[in-house]
Amino acid sequence: MEHYTMNLNLKVWRQQNAAAKGGFKLYRVENISSEMSFLEMFDVLNEQLIHDGEDPITFDHDCREGICGSCSMYIDGKPHGPWQANTTCQLHMRAFKDGDTIVVEPWRADSFPVIKDLMVDRTAFDRIIQAGGYISVNTGNAVDGNSLPIPKDDADASFAAAMCIGCGACVAACKNSSAMLFVSAKVAHLALLPQGEPERRSRVLNMVAQMDKEGFGACTNTGACEATCPKEISLSNIARLNQEYTLASLTAK
Amino acid sequence: MTWKQVFTSSIGKKLVMGFTGIFLILFLIVHVGLNACIWVPDGGETFNKAAHFMGSMIVPRILEIGLFAGFFLHIIQGYLLTVQNRSKRSVGYAVDYGNRGSKWYSRSMGILGTLILLFLIMHIYHFWTPSRLGGMWNIHELGTVMYNGKEYHDLFNEMRIVFAGNLVIVIVYVLGCISLGYHLAHGFKSAFRTLGVHNNRYFDMIKATGYAFAIIVPLAFAMMPVSYYLGWV
Repeated sequence: MEHYTMNLNLKVWRQQNAAAKGGFKLYRVENISSEMSFLEMFDVLNEQLIHDGEDPITFDHDCREGICGSCSMYIDGKPHGPWQANTTCQLHMRAFKDGDTIVVEPWRADSFPVIKDLMVDRTAFDRIIQAGGYISVNTGNAVDGNSLPIPKDDADASFAAAMCIGCGACVAACKNSSAMLFVSAKVAHLALLPQGEPERRSRVLNMVAQMDKEGFGACTNTGACEATCPKEISLSNIARLNQEYTLASLTAK
Repeated sequence: MTWKQVFTSSIGKKLVMGFTGIFLILFLIVHVGLNACIWVPDGGETFNKAAHFMGSMIVPRILEIGLFAGFFLHIIQGYLLTVQNRSKRSVGYAVDYGNRGSKWYSRSMGILGTLILLFLIMHIYHFWTPSRLGGMWNIHELGTVMYNGKEYHDLFNEMRIVFAGNLVIVIVYVLGCISLGYHLAHGFKSAFRTLGVHNNRYFDMIKATGYAFAIIVPLAFAMMPVSYYLGWV
């Protein structure tokens, strides 16, 4: 694709802290290369703000190669911007045209309170993982990988669910602020493997209980999460979560 | 784990919606099948006898109580879930994801359900109260008709009284059926998702059945008032 430069108008959410009332602020960036990533464009804007003596815009980022799940911008009405199966850091400026106005908001959910500007507190996800998103193994030498036979289809489905990077785009996209795509990916990932079997029931019960405690909404199967997920986690994982939960809760002592 | 914990969890609430939803879908099959008897060209005899069967036998009457319970649970739980889910995002977005991520009717189950509820109240007032409670507390009573020396409620004629020459009522009924169609277009497959169907071979079948059901059943219902209005029956 041919390289071009563009001038853009940015409408960015600024908020001093969790308690403060935020609002949109307009910025202008010029000579942005079509080969920059969206975050690099924000770096340019922040350089400009620092140069002008203003407070730079706070946003989450880490690996910048789409695997850490840190970046979290809601761009023009869609988490991670207009492209499919893509994180904000992988979004390139060639997705935009010269003269565009881009609206950038933080994830919106009461369970993800804004820390500052575009950065939100996603530790609720960490607590859900702590509630059951693990397997218990004795320490010692690693077991030989081939000692536990796993059907290829199950291994593939488990791996597809394990692709979830926990970015929270599903919560941001959902009209109910439901975290069920995230939780279902974590539950399905381990439920499909023999290693996950011993804690299979307590895992799903504890993770769903923690999810409810964190104040996420309930799933109504609209599919907005699946449509926006950068790792294309399938909605059928939520059906699997429902099945796991139903069986575990109805047979629990 | 207590039963209360099961059914007050987010998935437990969904299970209540899913189970009652499928129960109400089964009711729709019975209802549309029985009402389709109005098109039997015998002046309503088959239909009136079928309606009499439903009203006089003990099993349908017990199921009727279950039906009211099912409606009640589905409606109350639906409103509670809608209100709770909406309260999870106190600050909204300036730009909405909207139809890019999901179908409008899947996001509008509360509104569609409310339209169906309003329709249902009117519908019960038109047909259920006169046939079950007619004669009590000044409630208007159904006319009767004789078949082989036995007296039956003339529900067939009651439908004519309600619909024939009454364009506004017919339009409201058709709108009610359209709301039902969109409600089912999402509700049918969503109910099975909630019950845990994740096998795509089965789910594709359920999805196709759901869309067909959401078109055929409301269309058949809508054709009933239209048939009376246009003098087809």
